[in-house]
Amino acid sequence: MPIDLPVIWAAIIAFGVFMYVMLDGFDLGIGLIFPFFDREGERQVMLNTVAPVWDGNETWMVLGGACLYAVFPLAYSILLPATYLPIIAMLCGLIFRGVAFEIRAKARRTQHLWDLAFIVGSGVATFAQGVILGTLLQGVEVRDGKFAGGPFDWFSPFNLFSGIGLLVTYATLGCGWLLMKTEGELQRRMAVLMRPLTLALGATVGIVSIWTIAGQDSVAKRWFALPDLFFFLPVPILVIACLIGILVCVRRGADRAPFLLTMAILFLGYTGLIISIFPNIIPPSVDIWTASAPRSSQVFTLVGAAIVIPIILAYTTLAYWVFRGKVRADDEGYH
Amino acid sequence: MHVSDTALLLARWQFAFTVSFHIIFPAISIGLASYLAVLEGLWLKTGKVVYKELFFFWSKVFAVGFAMGVVSGVVMSYQFGTNWSGFSAVAGAVTGPLLAFEVMTAFFLEAGFLGIMLFGWTKVGPKAHFFATLMVAVGTLISTFWILSSNSWMQTPQGFELVDGKVVPTDWLKIVFNPSFPYRLVHMALAAFIVAAVIVGACGAWHLLRGRKDDAIRKSFSMALWMLLVVVPIQVAVGDAHGLNTREHQPAKIAAIEGLWETEKGGTSLNLVGWPDMEAEITHYAVKVPHLGSVILTHTWDGEIQGLKSFPPEDRPNSTIVFWSFRIMVGMGLLMLLLAVCGLALRRHGRLYDARWFQRFALFMAPSGLIALLAGWVTTEAGRQPWVVYGVLRTRDAVSSITVDQVGTSLMIFVMVYFLVFGTGIYYMLKLMAKGPHLPHDEADAEASDTGRGRERFDHRPLSRPTDSIDE
Repeated sequence: MPIDLPVIWAAIIAFGVFMYVMLDGFDLGIGLIFPFFDREGERQVMLNTVAPVWDGNETWMVLGGACLYAVFPLAYSILLPATYLPIIAMLCGLIFRGVAFEIRAKARRTQHLWDLAFIVGSGVATFAQGVILGTLLQGVEVRDGKFAGGPFDWFSPFNLFSGIGLLVTYATLGCGWLLMKTEGELQRRMAVLMRPLTLALGATVGIVSIWTIAGQDSVAKRWFALPDLFFFLPVPILVIACLIGILVCVRRGADRAPFLLTMAILFLGYTGLIISIFPNIIPPSVDIWTASAPRSSQVFTLVGAAIVIPIILAYTTLAYWVFRGKVRADDEGYH
Repeated sequence: MHVSDTALLLARWQFAFTVSFHIIFPAISIGLASYLAVLEGLWLKTGKVVYKELFFFWSKVFAVGFAMGVVSGVVMSYQFGTNWSGFSAVAGAVTGPLLAFEVMTAFFLEAGFLGIMLFGWTKVGPKAHFFATLMVAVGTLISTFWILSSNSWMQTPQGFELVDGKVVPTDWLKIVFNPSFPYRLVHMALAAFIVAAVIVGACGAWHLLRGRKDDAIRKSFSMALWMLLVVVPIQVAVGDAHGLNTREHQPAKIAAIEGLWETEKGGTSLNLVGWPDMEAEITHYAVKVPHLGSVILTHTWDGEIQGLKSFPPEDRPNSTIVFWSFRIMVGMGLLMLLLAVCGLALRRHGRLYDARWFQRFALFMAPSGLIALLAGWVTTEAGRQPWVVYGVLRTRDAVSSITVDQVGTSLMIFVMVYFLVFGTGIYYMLKLMAKGPHLPHDEADAEASDTGRGRERFDHRPLSRPTDSIDE
């Protein structure tokens, strides 16, 4: 049996996108909870926890985009026109946020403006990503291999709610990350914030799940067909267990567990998303085999990916290892 | 869906605008990354504190420029999908994998080690830190490799076949190492080095003019001029070879660059200046030098060059644009050569740090590298028109089915955001440069010794201190 390249590639891209959502999720989340923290030096500490790594985090998105373009060009050329304006909004948000990272520490008079750029940039980028995700879940109108809908098809209640859902998700991730990386008063205030965020996260995950199943027969069929239901059932059960776990761990003053559990929820939600749409890449009509680039392109890129991605993971881990541990306000070597 | 000419034009403007803004930052980053690696290497080797001061100073400028490059670059790859899905659908099978290789082999390398390079002084030893700096520099060059391969393939495509109107790659070695790639790669990498060298030189000149003559300023001024003296002549030779290569593979581009309409017999003259008129098919006010065109472009006295009229009108690039963009690039190159040679002459007379007219000249040349770079890219990209993939896919067939409203709105947003954000970024980079490296007597420990290697020296020298604000 020949190797089914599109399946391998779908797995690699799914992995890349997950890495992005997880890693950039927490540093975008820092921007989202920025408004709640404004005491002397707090914001700079929050930024310093991710200053050495945010750039690498964002690179996973570029990887996802580039690989999608390389191996599923049809999906790329449908999804991007379909979500044209959210994509532009996301890019502008990321521009403001990325530049604010660099300049905030160096500015004095205009520092509050860069704070605002960081908050709004993170918010817009996250919300737009949620809308894009929602659009994908709901399905895109395709005719003759081209996007056939209108420029505002993405503007629907479900998609807008997905945007809000992702805001809550990233904020929780960011808060969990800071719980792990800070100490003292700042950490205590993170713990206070973590509880309502966790509850909101549980609520949004629940609403998005029910809305998806109620709104789309194909998704409902996928989930409730026996005996598959028994394989999929652990997903929602584990999500609930993790939510409870976070609340318990925060109360006990745990450092790392809340962050790890939030990542676990993200992983489970992501798994749920993939269960809902696979093997489609653009629901409802384009599957991964239809969207595939010529075999020679997939093979060529796969050779590179097989060699390079493990190396990337190695030195990404190294970078996180070098900057492990708590970040303090008087740390040197930062901005 | 029919795409109107206006939407196509706006999409082209959007790409030209965003890519032109973008390339400024990678060009500076590529050049500065290598410069930083050299500075740190010299510091480790000699232990002279001046190299470390310069490293800290330029790494701050580099950090801002790099961040600008990252965020403006993300926009680029997404435009292939939003505005140019026809291009993605037809040629994505080749350009997609090349882009994926760039991300995998270069972007991650840069991003992964950048954190250690900028923030890791107190976390890792000097050798490990130097390794991180090297990886960032190597990453920028690998990135150049892949993106230039992709662009060159669009100029001189090979190693593929067309199936149902779509490109199917057959030979990746031929695709990556396509005929114009080696020339374009070297030309661009050297251009980035020159961009950084003229900026470093101009920064030195500015501080010299303001009366700072300490070791760090002299050293950077001198290094930049040595660099230009070596690299600019090589760049001229590479550019010449690139021209020969273009004449072989894209003769219409050469004809447009030279504003040459007729195929002249017995030696082609060169239009030094003039105004090519696409409608009238003539170059107005041309100042011609007999045989010079043949000498430059064929390296023979009477070599033949095809005129624009031998190509059908719908296959001709816009000569008015590329004629002038090319001359701007060459003009900048000649000025840089003059700068480097004057520098050498002054150096031999020991007046390098005293001649104020020369320092003003060097300051004035700060943007020359970027101007030449942009003009060169305009020449090669506009000269490829009306094709997006030369001879394979026309630009008008590459555009997405987008409305004028969509592309017009996004263009407007990009123009505003870019000028606001990147304008501010450039402002901060200039501010940083105007501040200059720390004076040697700035801090007690800098004077203490000239040989203090080792990590303990960094523990008290954060990259930039809270007091280092630059907008007061």
